[in-house]
Amino acid sequence: MGAGHAHKLYREGRSPVHALPPHCKIAAVFCFVLVVVSTPREAVWAFGAYAALLAGVAAAARIPAGYVLRRLLIEVPFVAFAVLMPFVAEGPRVEALGMSLSASGLWSAWNILAKGTLGVAASVLLASTTELRALLLGLQRLRMPSLLVQIASFMIRYGDVISDEMRRMRIARQSRGFEARGVRHWGVLASSAGALFIRSYERGERVHLAMVSRGYTGTMPVIDDVTASRTQWAHAAALPLTALAVCLTGWMLP
Amino acid sequence: MDAAVTDPATTPPSLEVSGLAYAYPDGHQALFGVDLTVARGERVALLGPNGAGKTTLVLHLNGILTAGAGTVTVAGLPVAKAHLAEIRRRVGIVFQDPDDQLFMPTVREDVAFGPAAAGLRGAELEERVRRALERVGMAEFADRPPHHLSFGQRRRVAVATVLAMEPEILVLDEPSSNLDPASRRELADILRSLEVTVLMVTHDLPYALELCPRAVVLSGGVIAADGGTQELLCDEELMREHRLELPFGFDPRSVRVPVFPAR
Repeated sequence: MGAGHAHKLYREGRSPVHALPPHCKIAAVFCFVLVVVSTPREAVWAFGAYAALLAGVAAAARIPAGYVLRRLLIEVPFVAFAVLMPFVAEGPRVEALGMSLSASGLWSAWNILAKGTLGVAASVLLASTTELRALLLGLQRLRMPSLLVQIASFMIRYGDVISDEMRRMRIARQSRGFEARGVRHWGVLASSAGALFIRSYERGERVHLAMVSRGYTGTMPVIDDVTASRTQWAHAAALPLTALAVCLTGWMLP
Repeated sequence: MDAAVTDPATTPPSLEVSGLAYAYPDGHQALFGVDLTVARGERVALLGPNGAGKTTLVLHLNGILTAGAGTVTVAGLPVAKAHLAEIRRRVGIVFQDPDDQLFMPTVREDVAFGPAAAGLRGAELEERVRRALERVGMAEFADRPPHHLSFGQRRRVAVATVLAMEPEILVLDEPSSNLDPASRRELADILRSLEVTVLMVTHDLPYALELCPRAVVLSGGVIAADGGTQELLCDEELMREHRLELPFGFDPRSVRVPVFPAR
């Protein structure tokens, strides 16, 4: 199916992980993330176990570690906040590297960093083994409200059309000697954004007209249905179930 | 009317518009009593200057706009709220911008949209999609996303999305706009090969002459002329009166229009 948009996130492959039905994978990742965030932050070893589990999935999907690590960089802006925690949090202080840091702040930072990284890594694995289109089918299968699925699928379809329109407007501005150089030019950029919004809105109306003309009555007809066998569910469940075992152990150990 | 539908000897015309008048909610009246009959299998060009009401007329054909006065009948079935779904299946409109028409992530899903909305599923649906794509020569592009196709290919897929619904009448809004000469010719070949009634809204007079034996001129919200395309294009006074101009160097008299369209 559509190789189109997928190229940015999706990594072509023929592994057992690629072959799993999308809704199984979505459910597995979602449960895994739930388990990870409910793990006590003091059980440091548990997070190591989770990371090992994800490494196992990546190996099964034949995705190189470097690829996943590079994708993880998306997390950096969020992590920046975590780095601030030890400096701003209250409570008993500890001395490290010549700085006075808050102990509870350090724990909070670790908590955000570890859980965030694991969540992002799981999502990266999901995205690189599942095509965007298949993800939507999976969400549809998982009874996600159909309006949301429709909105997402239109985003995929029209993302490029609209960014192309934006590019044309930029070229038109530049061709008339405009270069955004400072606050004084923000007005022009803002009115371009407004024009883009109106164009997209009008396109939306035309698309709706075309849909109604072909019998659209508010719901998308199901064209491709995805199904999963018991074994496929069992394979997908391996990740969250193992993680759950780790999590429970983490709670029971002092 | 029902008797006419069941009697094969008197097949009802694909499209019958009579006394159609329409004013937009803001009071601007676009149509002042349009009468137009298109027999089954005919290819008719709808010509007219900008603002003549062509698009407004097209939007009445499948009930997007509701007539202020007059009636529209498609193959014997009047356009009315009660059977809009059937009317929209029978009237296939190909809009001008294929990016508006192709809204699904892949070509195959887009072509399947209409029939699937009508309740078709499984193998029958697949077959319908395959056939529609083959008729426009786009079968091998089924799994591509629409925006990866050339403009001409997208226009052909847009035609396929409508053909998949097996319409009674194909309505094309400016089919040749933005096409390079080769794509234009390919589309003409496809349109000629279809055994379906065609109503083609266009400014492209040579294209109308090439494809449609009959033409009607919509001007000022009424049908101002109706006749053989070649005669209309040769009538200089009529053309001037309705702001219709031929491209430079094009003489409709010099063209020999085939009486029987090539198959």
